[in-house]
Amino acid sequence: MKQQSFLNTESMDRVLIVILFLAAIIVPTANLGFNQDHMLHISSYTVSLLGKYLSLALLALAADLVWGYLGILSLGHGAFFALGGYAMGMYLMRQIGDRGVYAHPELPDFMVFLNWQELPWFWYGFDSLGFALLMVVFVPSLLAFVFGWLAFRSRVSGVYLSIMTQALTYALMLAFFRNEMGFGGNNGLTDFKEIAGFAITADLTRVCLFLLTLFTLIVCLLFCRYLVNTRLGLVAIAIRDAESRTRFVGFNTVSVKLAIFTLSAAIAGIAGALYVPQVGIINPGEFSPLHSIELIIWVAIGGRATLYGAIIGALVVNYSKTMLTGVLPEVWLFALGGLFVLVTLFLPKGLAGIRSKR
Amino acid sequence: MNKKWLKNIAMGGALSLGLGLASPILMAAETIKVGVLHSLSGTMAISETTLKDTMEMLVEEQNKKGGLLGKKLETVVVDPASNWPLFAEKARELLTKEKVDVVFGCWTSVSRKSVLPVFEELNGLLFYPVQYEGEESSKNVFYTGAAPNQQAIPAVDYLMEEAEVTRWVLAGTDYVYPRTTNKILKAYLASKGVKDEDILINYTPFGHSDWQSIVSDIKKFGSVGKKTAVVSTINGDANVPFYKELGNQGVSAEDIPVVAFSVGEEELSGMDTKPLVGHLAAWNYFMSVDNEDNAAFIEKWQAFTKDKKRVSNDPMEAHYIGFYMWAKAVEKAKTTDPAAIQKTIIGVKVPNLTGGMSVMLPNHHITKPVLIGEIQEDGQFDVVYETDGLVAGDAWSDYLEGSKDLMSSWEDPIQCGNYNTKLKKCGVK
Amino acid sequence: MVEETHNFWRVIPVTDSFILGAPIKVTDSEVFKTQYKKPYKKIRINNRLRSQIRLLLAKRGLVNSDPSIRIEAVNTLIKKPDTTLYAVIQERLANEKNADILEKLRLLNAMLALNHPTSKRFESSIEHLSKSLEPSSLTSLNQFLEKHPSHKQALAAVKAIEEKKHLYSLLENGFFGLSMGSVLVLAAIGLAITFGVMGVINMAHGELIMIGAYTTFVIQQLMPQFIGISIIVAIPAAFVVAALVGITMERLVIQYLKGRPLETLLATFGISLLLQQTVRSIFSPLNRTVVTPDWLSGVFTINPVFGLTINRLAIIFFCLVLFGLLWWWMRRSRLGLQVRAVSQNRSMAEALGVNADRVDMLTFGLGAGIAGVAGVALSLISNVGPNMGQGYIIDSFIVVVFGGVGNLFGTLLAGLSLGVANKWLEPFAGAVLAKILLLIFIILFIQKRPQGLFPAKGRAQEMAQ
Repeated sequence: MKQQSFLNTESMDRVLIVILFLAAIIVPTANLGFNQDHMLHISSYTVSLLGKYLSLALLALAADLVWGYLGILSLGHGAFFALGGYAMGMYLMRQIGDRGVYAHPELPDFMVFLNWQELPWFWYGFDSLGFALLMVVFVPSLLAFVFGWLAFRSRVSGVYLSIMTQALTYALMLAFFRNEMGFGGNNGLTDFKEIAGFAITADLTRVCLFLLTLFTLIVCLLFCRYLVNTRLGLVAIAIRDAESRTRFVGFNTVSVKLAIFTLSAAIAGIAGALYVPQVGIINPGEFSPLHSIELIIWVAIGGRATLYGAIIGALVVNYSKTMLTGVLPEVWLFALGGLFVLVTLFLPKGLAGIRSKR
Repeated sequence: MNKKWLKNIAMGGALSLGLGLASPILMAAETIKVGVLHSLSGTMAISETTLKDTMEMLVEEQNKKGGLLGKKLETVVVDPASNWPLFAEKARELLTKEKVDVVFGCWTSVSRKSVLPVFEELNGLLFYPVQYEGEESSKNVFYTGAAPNQQAIPAVDYLMEEAEVTRWVLAGTDYVYPRTTNKILKAYLASKGVKDEDILINYTPFGHSDWQSIVSDIKKFGSVGKKTAVVSTINGDANVPFYKELGNQGVSAEDIPVVAFSVGEEELSGMDTKPLVGHLAAWNYFMSVDNEDNAAFIEKWQAFTKDKKRVSNDPMEAHYIGFYMWAKAVEKAKTTDPAAIQKTIIGVKVPNLTGGMSVMLPNHHITKPVLIGEIQEDGQFDVVYETDGLVAGDAWSDYLEGSKDLMSSWEDPIQCGNYNTKLKKCGVK
Repeated sequence: MVEETHNFWRVIPVTDSFILGAPIKVTDSEVFKTQYKKPYKKIRINNRLRSQIRLLLAKRGLVNSDPSIRIEAVNTLIKKPDTTLYAVIQERLANEKNADILEKLRLLNAMLALNHPTSKRFESSIEHLSKSLEPSSLTSLNQFLEKHPSHKQALAAVKAIEEKKHLYSLLENGFFGLSMGSVLVLAAIGLAITFGVMGVINMAHGELIMIGAYTTFVIQQLMPQFIGISIIVAIPAAFVVAALVGITMERLVIQYLKGRPLETLLATFGISLLLQQTVRSIFSPLNRTVVTPDWLSGVFTINPVFGLTINRLAIIFFCLVLFGLLWWWMRRSRLGLQVRAVSQNRSMAEALGVNADRVDMLTFGLGAGIAGVAGVALSLISNVGPNMGQGYIIDSFIVVVFGGVGNLFGTLLAGLSLGVANKWLEPFAGAVLAKILLLIFIILFIQKRPQGLFPAKGRAQEMAQ
């Protein structure tokens, strides 16, 4: 029997939240409080790295929501993440103003060298943070809604749906790589200077972004936990386990799936928006189909259908990746591949499964 | 129960090992750290692993001579895995965590542009060994690869004069280097009287594999009675199927020669070169250049990699030049502090591998000769043309509207990468 | 690049010209370096020199006794019609006996006749040229039109040629489409078996193709003197190697993940990373050369504007043969029957005495082997490198899904139609946009018809997660 108390959270949720809270206190103090040579100092590099991990964990959370609790294996969630990232990137590009290489007050550098005379229509409005934030949520949700509406209505499910999500992210990747599209092509959007008036490379900004990501993660975790225990969530789980039966019993499965799929896309978009200022670049490679598969592996490793498992999985795998490419650069693919195989074979419930006494 | 404990122990062990490895490793003696930021996996690994090996060889050679300033040199190698955000992250790791004194790295312009903010923020030094499109000159970067005026323009001149080409196909991969190069070439060709209808420009994505239609179009474009040539800025994997298709459709170098800027000895080693004989490449160095320094370098390289058939190429020479320039600047400044190096490195002269002396210019470019080589059956290039002297790298092309008034100098008094000579101001278009 | 043999001639100056010394062959690098390379200077030959020499050779070749040399000469001269040839051509026209050569000479003559608009033969020359698809015919006509812009007959001739060219260019595009499609089919067909028939999502499929390509490379390294048959030898070799890898995968990993398609996806993704890195470590990250044998190179020329590259023709042919064999095997052989039975209704097949586990293993091995064989063919047209597989995996999945999971014929049709459609769109939209449009089309198509072009018959396995 699960322990259900405050806010419907599970015990692991609470453990995780406590750890995150501790990090929220320790990391900024260690970074801002001590100076560079102090033993307890945490470098800004590490702060941004942790922030990056947390935004990826948020993405994994979104993926687990649709996969663990709705049964939709989305192999294209990276697309929503990247769209949110691009929306934020576009805002940050507008903030560069005339500090770019070509010193054009309105056009980003890449447009100047493409000889464009004016800003394309889809860039209007991105000089306002509010509008950009709106787009961060709106654009991935819109795409998810349209795609989902077409797919769920026709009862596309299972492997077909997964392959279609791959096709979707692949098509978007090809599109965004084209310089004509107006999103910077292969160079992507980079060389950011400021966010909301604060210098993007300042220590304080990094810490704030880190904290923002962390709290967004906590809030989304709580919200998702709450969601899966509502009626909507329970219907979703029913759809995951026996879709036809749920439909026959009378529930509108299409609406439920659509709602949760769109919500998950919105969360992924937010994750992308938090990722970009901390990493400093967004490029069409984020749309890569392999990326989207990798993030599913994070969820699988952490433990599908647990929510906290997705977060743990994302943190563990990305940390290992950073470490291995630093320590054993030539062998890290072996380690990563081996990790995937071993976890699938011996830890089918992921790391979270170790805890369960089954 | 046992299985579960075993799993827990394994997990715990792995985690602690991980944490342990992540903690700073104390060095026995102080060394000068040379960072190497090249992809060892992913799509760019083909080109970049060689450069990592080159750096390790150069450092080993220098250590044999006693190191620098009495200290030994140590390479710190990271793998950004052909992933642009990872490049920025690894650059930051090298500069802040590993505290390297200099970084040799990057390959594509994207990787350089994504690490540029990091280097400028932390005042690091990056030596960039690959040909690029210009339009940039950073205080923290030294561009040892060719700028467009050290590769593209001389190649086009050669074709116009020697091969009497009057019709042009500019084929490139869709990213900033080919786009900018083609922009410059289009303006240059126009300035030489070539009409728009005699220029065909085409862009393909990275890794494009089906070249049938494009090669067929090139054939058609080239069969109207005017001598046609292809200027190729196609990069990476796509070159193999492109050249294969050229060979298959019978496009011989005598009919429509292709001059490539991103195809060197290394890329040819993965191709069947028989049908490619006669096609061209423009670089500042070829392995086949007959010269004592080059022969010695190749011998050392083949011994270091334990491979008698290993080839050398232009980016390797760029790292060679860059490394020795940096070393000389360090000796001059008696420190590895970037601010000091930025002052002492300007004007430093070191020998290159083609028999000349390369000098570091105030705009952080170097002087290089331009060589045009024809592909031979054995995958080597036969030099068919050489510039008389060394060409000074120009960051801001004279053929582009927005750039022709700009110049760069990191010497006093200008200290600006995009100084406008007309308005006498820094950083204004 | 096996042994270094240096063949060369010495050019010896004699009074005010040169003579060629006897040919010299040196097989010892050291001897070459000391005795020949250092003391002598290499004469540089470049493209311009080559074409000038070729032209000179052609002019002399016209009167050679060997007809093959004469025809080559005339072909070269047709590309660059030159008025200085006028006299020679008249002479040859009178004396040439070979019909093919005569025909070409007449064409060449017609091109030259354009310089004499008042001569009797002028109109018939234009008529002659209007029927020719040689690029230089059109060029000569255009050059003539530059001087006489409103010459009706010339304009009509140009129009006729352009129309014909357009027609052939459409045909050529169709050929490109078929060949692109056959590449897709080749890449997808192994997957059609493992995914379509077994329901196993194999993310390492691309790497199996790569293994087949690398096998070809190794075979070529082992038999460098016999490049001609290396491809033939490589086919069964690649099948065996890839099938072994596949069977190992199946026995070690996949069989424990039966009925859990998601886990197989993840595990095979891990295996794909392992395979890539293994190949990278053994063979280095650089691309490896696979040499196209002579009998697969070149062009099958139908007319001067329409030629079918032989290796692409071979690939189309190969794809159809492979498909045919597989189809026949599935329909006719005992194992094929068992495979179909197990995929349609596993428990029933087991009840009837079929060892379903063994069938699974063999089926996966078959699918893997076919992927390897596809790799042999694909090594001729693409990079052979550790990342080779990644370029094929997404496309393979899309082809299989579009064609209908579980239906081989669907895969064939899907692949070919996608290739043709892509090439048809390419001139309008460019290669990338064409691909994007097709992807969008497939996404929408699957919404309308989720089971693909040819839905699986019978009680199809529910793809439960």
